[in-house]
Amino acid sequence: MEYLIDIVLLGLLMITGFAIVRMRSLLAVAMLTSIYSLLSASLFVVLDAVDVALTEAAIGAGISTILMLATVALTTDVEKAPRHTPLLPLLVVTATGAALIYGTLDMPHYGDPAAPVHQHVAPTYLHDTPADIGVPNVVTSVLASYRGYDTLGEVTVIFTAGIGVLALLGYRTRRRNIQGPGIRKLVVLRVIAKLFFPLILLFALYVLFHGDYGPGGGFQAGVIFATGFILYALAFGLGNAQRVIPHQLLRIMAAVGVLIYAAVGIESMLLGGKFLEYRVLAKDPVTGQHLGIMLIELGVGITVAAVILIIYYGFVSRRHSGDM
Amino acid sequence: MELVLDVLSWICLLGGAIFLLIGAIGVLRFPDFYTRLHAVSICDTLGAGLVLLGLMLQGGLSLVTVKLLLMFYFMVFTGPTAVHALAEAALQGRLKPLVDNREP
Repeated sequence: MEYLIDIVLLGLLMITGFAIVRMRSLLAVAMLTSIYSLLSASLFVVLDAVDVALTEAAIGAGISTILMLATVALTTDVEKAPRHTPLLPLLVVTATGAALIYGTLDMPHYGDPAAPVHQHVAPTYLHDTPADIGVPNVVTSVLASYRGYDTLGEVTVIFTAGIGVLALLGYRTRRRNIQGPGIRKLVVLRVIAKLFFPLILLFALYVLFHGDYGPGGGFQAGVIFATGFILYALAFGLGNAQRVIPHQLLRIMAAVGVLIYAAVGIESMLLGGKFLEYRVLAKDPVTGQHLGIMLIELGVGITVAAVILIIYYGFVSRRHSGDM
Repeated sequence: MELVLDVLSWICLLGGAIFLLIGAIGVLRFPDFYTRLHAVSICDTLGAGLVLLGLMLQGGLSLVTVKLLLMFYFMVFTGPTAVHALAEAALQGRLKPLVDNREP
């Protein structure tokens, strides 16, 4: 039965991929990539990887679609026809694809419990988590505690990406709050946005602080938090959203998140442990782990939310100050 | 009692699936944007709503049902709003609805 679901989902993924290649309208391509992400997220749910599914649904299907639509709005929505024959690229792609398929022949079978990836460190994490860290969600314990260095690196990557976008796109302050005539008419959208804005923020906090017990954590929570503000900006205009959370504040927040994370590591060094060794943070090692995970998840959430909003503001501020 | 709940939940699930199918056929077959929106809105409200109701009957009195209820609440508000926003945007973009001008 599960095979059937897998086959249907993978088949739909393939169809979506071909449709993306064939489409010339970039608006349609943006929507199709969103569908592609949603299908991948469903596939992750079938694989019981709910944390990854939540991330994929929030980032892949949510935020990247908005950013892609913003890019299309800034540039053009029709793909240019290729100027050269597609024969050589087709040959390269076919050869690479054939090599990749040949490579999969040596890989362990789908869902094989004896695969090397399940034999290396995973059993240790699964076995030690209840005693060491005491959180039910092993994904969180691996991500935030055992692999704390890697996650610090990831947060730094996101922070750097935010700086990169800021350097490339910049941010234009607008002289007045321009609102299209269409927006003013969307009373229904505004009422619903106002109704759901607090609920989305509440859900983001739930995902952030419930990450130890269920799917979720800093990354997902940050994205959901940013989505709330993007919804607000869409319904009420960028100017009003900036009065709630100004751009200068976002730039500080993006750095503060990474600093919180690193500070937890340095604090544990000062208390006599190693970098990011949370057990020294409190008298009881397990409480220390809980505290450390909570704090670094908070840092991750702050940075992710701030960077996504910086990117969104960057795109939208250019659009309104340009020819609109 | 269990049997009654099962039968009811299956009726809801199948009903939801049928409405989803009708909505999908409508999107493919209807002639213009506004009529297609009309078909899509059935998927969001009746289709997904009935499926969620069927799942709630399967879940019984538990936390799962509460979460499904929240999802239902969310769908009931967001689905029609999204369709309304799309139709409004199309009207703003001066997309003319297809009108039958033949004499009756």
